[in-house]
Amino acid sequence: MIDTHNRTFRAGAVITGIMLLIILVGLVWTPYDPNAMNGAAKLASPSLAHLLGTDNFGRDIFSRVVQGAGATFLIAAVSVAAGLVIGVVLGGLTGWYGGWVDELLMRLNDTLTAFPSILLALVLIALFGSGKYNIIFALGLLFVPTFARIVRMEVAKQKELDYVRSARLMGVGSMRILFVHILPNIVPVLLSTIAISFNNAVLAEASMSYLGVGVQPPDPSLGRMLNEAQSYLLSAPWYALSSGVAIVLLVLGFGLLSEGLGGETDA
Amino acid sequence: MGTIAKKTGTLLLTLLLVSAMAFLAFQIIPGDPVTKILGTDYTPERAATLRHELGLEGDLSARYLRWLAGFITGDFGISYSYMKPVRQVMQGKLAVTAALSVLSWLLVLLFSIPLGIALARYHKGVFARAAATVNQVFMAVPPFFIGILFTYLFGLLLKWFVPGKFVPFSESFWGCLGYLFFPALAIAIPKAAKTARLLVSSIMGEMQKDYVRTAYSRGNSRWMVIRTHVLRNALLPVVTYLAMSLADIVAGSIIVEQVFVVPGIGRLLVASIASRDFPVALTIVVIIAALVVFMNYVADLVTQFIDPRVRLS
Amino acid sequence: MTQPEKTTEHVLEVAHLSVTYHDKHLFAPDTSFQALTDVTFHVNHGEILGLVGESGCGKSTLSKAILGMLPRAEVKGEIRHFTKRPQMVFQDPFGSLNPAKTVGWILEEPLRVFGKYDAPERRRRVLDMLERVGLGEEYASRRPAQLSGGQRQRLSIAVALIQRPRFILADEPVSALDVTIQAQILDLLWDLRQELDLSYLFISHDLNVIYSICDRVMVMEKGRIIEQGTVDEVYDHPQQEYTRKLLGAVQL
Repeated sequence: MIDTHNRTFRAGAVITGIMLLIILVGLVWTPYDPNAMNGAAKLASPSLAHLLGTDNFGRDIFSRVVQGAGATFLIAAVSVAAGLVIGVVLGGLTGWYGGWVDELLMRLNDTLTAFPSILLALVLIALFGSGKYNIIFALGLLFVPTFARIVRMEVAKQKELDYVRSARLMGVGSMRILFVHILPNIVPVLLSTIAISFNNAVLAEASMSYLGVGVQPPDPSLGRMLNEAQSYLLSAPWYALSSGVAIVLLVLGFGLLSEGLGGETDA
Repeated sequence: MGTIAKKTGTLLLTLLLVSAMAFLAFQIIPGDPVTKILGTDYTPERAATLRHELGLEGDLSARYLRWLAGFITGDFGISYSYMKPVRQVMQGKLAVTAALSVLSWLLVLLFSIPLGIALARYHKGVFARAAATVNQVFMAVPPFFIGILFTYLFGLLLKWFVPGKFVPFSESFWGCLGYLFFPALAIAIPKAAKTARLLVSSIMGEMQKDYVRTAYSRGNSRWMVIRTHVLRNALLPVVTYLAMSLADIVAGSIIVEQVFVVPGIGRLLVASIASRDFPVALTIVVIIAALVVFMNYVADLVTQFIDPRVRLS
Repeated sequence: MTQPEKTTEHVLEVAHLSVTYHDKHLFAPDTSFQALTDVTFHVNHGEILGLVGESGCGKSTLSKAILGMLPRAEVKGEIRHFTKRPQMVFQDPFGSLNPAKTVGWILEEPLRVFGKYDAPERRRRVLDMLERVGLGEEYASRRPAQLSGGQRQRLSIAVALIQRPRFILADEPVSALDVTIQAQILDLLWDLRQELDLSYLFISHDLNVIYSICDRVMVMEKGRIIEQGTVDEVYDHPQQEYTRKLLGAVQL
């Protein structure tokens, strides 16, 4: 059903695949303990011993990047998943039943999605505080309108088709029609939205952690690493470079996947 | 004329809704600022006076209306951290962010349009393929990382600017512009890449249409067709996108201002959230939100005027 | 379902049916459109009653009304069914089949909802029905997109039949098909009438098709039944100007 053979998709798949592999391996093993400080090897440049060098505490940057990438990926994935589930249910129900609730929610939705997500995320963080669970909660909340709107639009469209009438004639209950009959037809459209949202989540988490209002120590985060690395730009540029490139690769991978699937690559 | 009136009505309503939502959001936060500010100096009298000064008396709707009335007239309340009027705290910063955003927006415009046209014109060569890939990479690079790279490359290595030492407008116009150029560019690059890509796909989409075939049959070359016929129509969605981009750019400046230590409202917002200075945070949030809503409104109107299809309906 | 006295056994009775659509607008006056006006007819047991008319005359609205598929419209008059679970064969064989599911799943779903059969029994009935409409076992794992127009229509018929109706409303069942395939599907419908003791309301805009399969026919114009009778009566001696016009435009 979906064309997965074009070059862009494959490039995206390769990049994402490699990143995921590294992350997965990193969950059980990294060349060094990411938190192990080594006073003797502070700010060492990349070498065979330390692939990406060491930071100001002598910690191995490669191990930290792998760990940070894993954390960023996880946070992004969980918040997208949460937003997806709630958004699908909300959008499905409103699209199906329609009425004034639907109108109202859509207006609200339109207003919300017009805002840059950073702003909303910052407000939510201001309300609930920082830390990795709050970030997941804030980002998840932010994604609900995105998914709800798409699902609602598609459900409203699919509802008018004859196969839905046919299902009703069969005596299938409304909820079953909605979630078992209609939903599988919406999945293709959702896929590229999921990829874009994932990217937005990665960037949002990295941004907020960079600003200091995101993931807090000792939890790892590429964004916070970038912040630390900035102070050592002249003495150890590889520190900032590695953290930044890791973010870029994560985003690039999913961006290419999404474009390969035929979706837009912008939120 | 009727549609404009309707849209303006929606605009005002949305602005009201947005301000209400933002105001409400900041009310949910637990903790009483008065007790925190007074600390050990707390007495019921002082608390009452402070409460009055900060506009914290009365129930929710009373406070909201009071705040709204103040906001519209330019009174943004008192900052908890500085104990000074928010307006004073924000003085000058808004202008800096505005300058940064406008500069960035112009850079986006400057780069994306020619780039998009060029990519569409030479869309079949190896060069174009490579350029498209590079474009993809640029779309994936977050502005704050570009900012850090610029700081390293242009600031520390090439010494074209001193990272962290913002040059105020009062000191030197060109110095200020020169300093803002780099953060503006950092924000502009991914946006320009996305805009260029939008333009390319828009042009490609137009090329499939019937009137293009007619143009070809009259003997026009591909480039002529693009230049004279297709471009005007293809630019339509791009114009809308650009109008809405200003809001994203302002949002982008929130982070980039941190990287380059630019004294704008973005940096102030982050600081106010970290220090729980809610009047400042609320004011900036509402300003940015209002800007977003307003820009969408403008984009909507602009589309109305340019797009003949929409005008006729 | 009421059982009034009847001369021949009816499977469906419609009396003075009127359907009006009301549209509420926010900034404009409400509009309404009368799709059907005072429609009265019945379908006899074992017959194929045709409904013919041009596009937009209200045929679709009538079929939806009969099966209770117009929740938002104003429906006046009486509709009486004398069979259980009347079914419909839809016009567009692609739109009426869920593109995301396999043939086997689509056929099995009504049985799953019914709830009285276990998995092996359901499987058996699905395969039996596939065979009955002329599709082999291997189709069960395919999706609608992989079927031809004629095959999809056979599947639509199978979906209707697997629910064991006695009355089927066929809404332009062959209009989307090539002429040769049309003949096959019409033959299938004819045979199934015999085998399964069915009655049909057969809707079409194609006078030839109506002539070839229907016993009686109704002519609809702008939401009203302007003429009805046996096919021979109506085709040979049309009473209304409109009917004559319709017949005149066609080679029979």
